[in-house]
Amino acid sequence: MPGAREGVVNFFALKMLLGDRAKYVGMIIGLTFASLLITQQSSIFAGIMTRTYSFLTDVGLPEIWVVDPQVQYIEDIKPLQDTQVYRVRSIEGVQWAVRMYKGTLKARLPNGTFESCVVIGLDDETLIGGPPTMISGQLANLRQSDGVIVDIVGAQGKLARVLPNGRRVPLRVGDTLELNDHRAVVVGLCRVTRTFQANPVIYTTYSRATTFAPQERRLLSFVAAKARPGENLAALCERIQRITHLQAYTRDEFKKLTFNYVLKYTGMPINFLTAVALGFIVGITISGQTFYNFTLDNLRYFGTLKAMGATNRSLLWMILLQALVVGGIGYGLGVGAASVWGSLFSGRTQIAFQLPWQLLLINAGAVLLICLGAAAFSIRKVMKLEPAVVFRS
Amino acid sequence: MPIPLEPCANGSRVAVCCSGVTKTYGEGVTAMKALRGVNLEIHTGELMMLVGPSGCGKTTLISVIAGVLRRDGGDCSVFDNDYLEMAEVETTRFRGQNIGFVFQAFNLIPALTAAENVAAPLIINGVKRRSAVEQARELLVTVGFDDRMMRSLPQDLSGGQQQRVAIARAMAHNPRLIVCDEPTSALDSETGQMVMELMRRLALGKDRALLVVTHDTRIFGFADRIARMDDGRITRIETPPFAANGIPKQP
Repeated sequence: MPGAREGVVNFFALKMLLGDRAKYVGMIIGLTFASLLITQQSSIFAGIMTRTYSFLTDVGLPEIWVVDPQVQYIEDIKPLQDTQVYRVRSIEGVQWAVRMYKGTLKARLPNGTFESCVVIGLDDETLIGGPPTMISGQLANLRQSDGVIVDIVGAQGKLARVLPNGRRVPLRVGDTLELNDHRAVVVGLCRVTRTFQANPVIYTTYSRATTFAPQERRLLSFVAAKARPGENLAALCERIQRITHLQAYTRDEFKKLTFNYVLKYTGMPINFLTAVALGFIVGITISGQTFYNFTLDNLRYFGTLKAMGATNRSLLWMILLQALVVGGIGYGLGVGAASVWGSLFSGRTQIAFQLPWQLLLINAGAVLLICLGAAAFSIRKVMKLEPAVVFRS
Repeated sequence: MPIPLEPCANGSRVAVCCSGVTKTYGEGVTAMKALRGVNLEIHTGELMMLVGPSGCGKTTLISVIAGVLRRDGGDCSVFDNDYLEMAEVETTRFRGQNIGFVFQAFNLIPALTAAENVAAPLIINGVKRRSAVEQARELLVTVGFDDRMMRSLPQDLSGGQQQRVAIARAMAHNPRLIVCDEPTSALDSETGQMVMELMRRLALGKDRALLVVTHDTRIFGFADRIARMDDGRITRIETPPFAANGIPKQP
């Protein structure tokens, strides 16, 4: 930071910056696009990644998830014996434990086509793990014969009935479905967090879900458990693992396991990182080049200021201030544009968009790096500038 | 602490004293000796002109005297201060407080108004912006600027007006030495004469010295003394026979 003496040259810095309107606007446009691209791509990436564990996000009540030790992520279902739920219930520190089924089943549509659906079977007695938001009907309606609750996006989209004239009629309460050759009646519509595979989500009871599912020896996907108040979750998980020889995760651990699996095996990070890197390179190239040209155009005046007594520290601050001003404006416009884009499209389309404050901070750091990178060449030029240049024609 | 200046015979003091100053650009076979032992003394209250063919070292010498270029050898003091004994930041500060510059191409910052350009040396020296601009406006009145011209950007001013702004800027912080590099070369004869009159009238005081590099023979009459340079040396120092108004200076 400059001292009081150097601080006054802020005036020159800003005047010089605003004086060259074409380059000023050029730098801001470059940084805006860089910021927009970085923010938009990283937000989509964050949105997609959160969808990978959307099931865990929606099922809020259980604190501990007990699965087969070989399970690598949430969709990697390796069924357990039904009796495992009793073993978990018997462990000290467990307040309650319920069965849960999760599987992909085929729904037959009235026009004869099949659509893969995620079927979630909830504990018959408690219905723990139900959808977070009901749009029509009640969760308790699942107790009706053949009752299922369908997510609204699936009901309006993939499961909608297509009329001969091509018009789509959304699935409504009272409509029937055919799930794996079994009749299912829609008793409610709900809203869930979008899933990674974007398949329709259907909720029903555990016993009904296992009837819909192809008959196998084991059908229990998870045991979802709640710890007694004040119980140490890590210690309880360790105890469950020791006694049952199964794997117990806290909700956050299970999310992290899924997140890391997708990061490691899908190649998505490298794809998004490439787009983000492109934004970064475009930003540093366009803005850096324009900023450097701006400095070169003003080199004579920097030399004049230096000859008139402006110290290197003052000039360094002038250039940094100029870079920070265009960076701040570009970042703001870019993030603003990305947010508008996100709010316009993520609600209406399948686009995943998540812009948490951590991402804003990281993107601010990236734009700051672009600015410092762009300013570095200019700073070097001005620092090495001999004030005697003012006498050269 | 600077040593008090020794008074000269006519009551003036030595402002600049150079003895055996050398400066070489480059090294080895590409080395070019720009100054080969320059001896020069400039007194306060004096307008010294430095003339000579292109490439003789005039610009190098004023750069060394103004403290924007470090000499290689010899002695050179400006108001008893030797730049080689100062740290870079001290030289910069000394320059900011004691040296004023007038450039051939004016070097006015295009984004600043005339008043803001004149205020620049004051702002650099720590004067608050509002007060600096106020002082600059007063100074611009003395060079014949009205309110509208003060608010004009350099590109909206004529060459003569721009050079008047440059002169006002050079004087704004009341420096003790003003160095001018070809101040009239971009101006027509009449404007050049007017600018030199202005400089003599405003910039030259008994505690202040002016060093002007020029090729323009039409303004030689404004000098108190003329130092002729050739091949990196001062070859002759003379008093111009006629003043600018044509009146003989010497019997």
